[in-house]
Amino acid sequence: MDDKLIQRLWELAPKFVEGSPHSKMMGMKFIAVDQGRATLSLPYSQKFIGDPKSRVLHGGAITTLLDQASGLAAIAGYNRPTSVATLNLSIDYMRAAEPGKTILATAHCYKVTRHVAFVRGIAHDGDEDDPVAMSQATFMATEPKSSTQNFMQNMIERSLT
Amino acid sequence: MTEAEIAQQLERIPYAKTLGVTPNMVGDEFTLILPFSQDNIGNPFLPALHGGVIGGFLEIAAIAQILLESDDKKFPKPIGINVDYLRSGKPQDLFARARITKLGSRVANVRVRAWQSNFDEPIATLHGHFLMTEDNDAA
Repeated sequence: MDDKLIQRLWELAPKFVEGSPHSKMMGMKFIAVDQGRATLSLPYSQKFIGDPKSRVLHGGAITTLLDQASGLAAIAGYNRPTSVATLNLSIDYMRAAEPGKTILATAHCYKVTRHVAFVRGIAHDGDEDDPVAMSQATFMATEPKSSTQNFMQNMIERSLT
Repeated sequence: MTEAEIAQQLERIPYAKTLGVTPNMVGDEFTLILPFSQDNIGNPFLPALHGGVIGGFLEIAAIAQILLESDDKKFPKPIGINVDYLRSGKPQDLFARARITKLGSRVANVRVRAWQSNFDEPIATLHGHFLMTEDNDAA
């Protein structure tokens, strides 16, 4: 992947996050992107508490953050414009996220084939060695020619014109 | 548990309130509903529901089913979930029904199916296990 593609990813990635109404509603933030790698954050919000007593975030909020970060890493894993759809997402919740703390999700797309991207992700609240959750996901890659309507393709076309 | 009692339990979960889920009880058959909202869209160009919302919604359905079938008032905590995405989530209401494979004293093993227009065409399925003790080491 050349520098130009990485630069384009940096331009598109914030739009990929903010252009998704649900991620925007959750207050998800783009942090970084590189070849096959992505980092996003989710600031703590009372709206996404799962357990009223402990005030710990609901697993679903972590799921959404890991899904979004993993999807971005998958897109960044291809050296051609690609759109992805989640095929499978598996998450282990290792401990409760500390109430009040921002959650960071880092994802690594370690293998891409013509049709499938394989991605691992870690969600933590400050220390990557003490994760809140870890994920393993597979994504279907969509060929640009077969879906002119797809999201990233649109973004890329827009950024090129 | 009646529909009103489940609604009361769900009311206590801010995440469930934010998504706007509503319970539906027909006899003993419990269905959780995620009414369509623009806020739940992931890809506005298709448009399609966000995969994370689908996963989170399935997780709420699993937790609600455990609350329904166990006498425990404690909230089950997810240990691990595995979600298969089978079809794109259309901009419509989403339904989920959970089956508890095993309800142990500490762990519940649950499977959930989510569908939209047709029950026989699920858009996603979840398989997960949940911890039912006060142990704070697991989320």
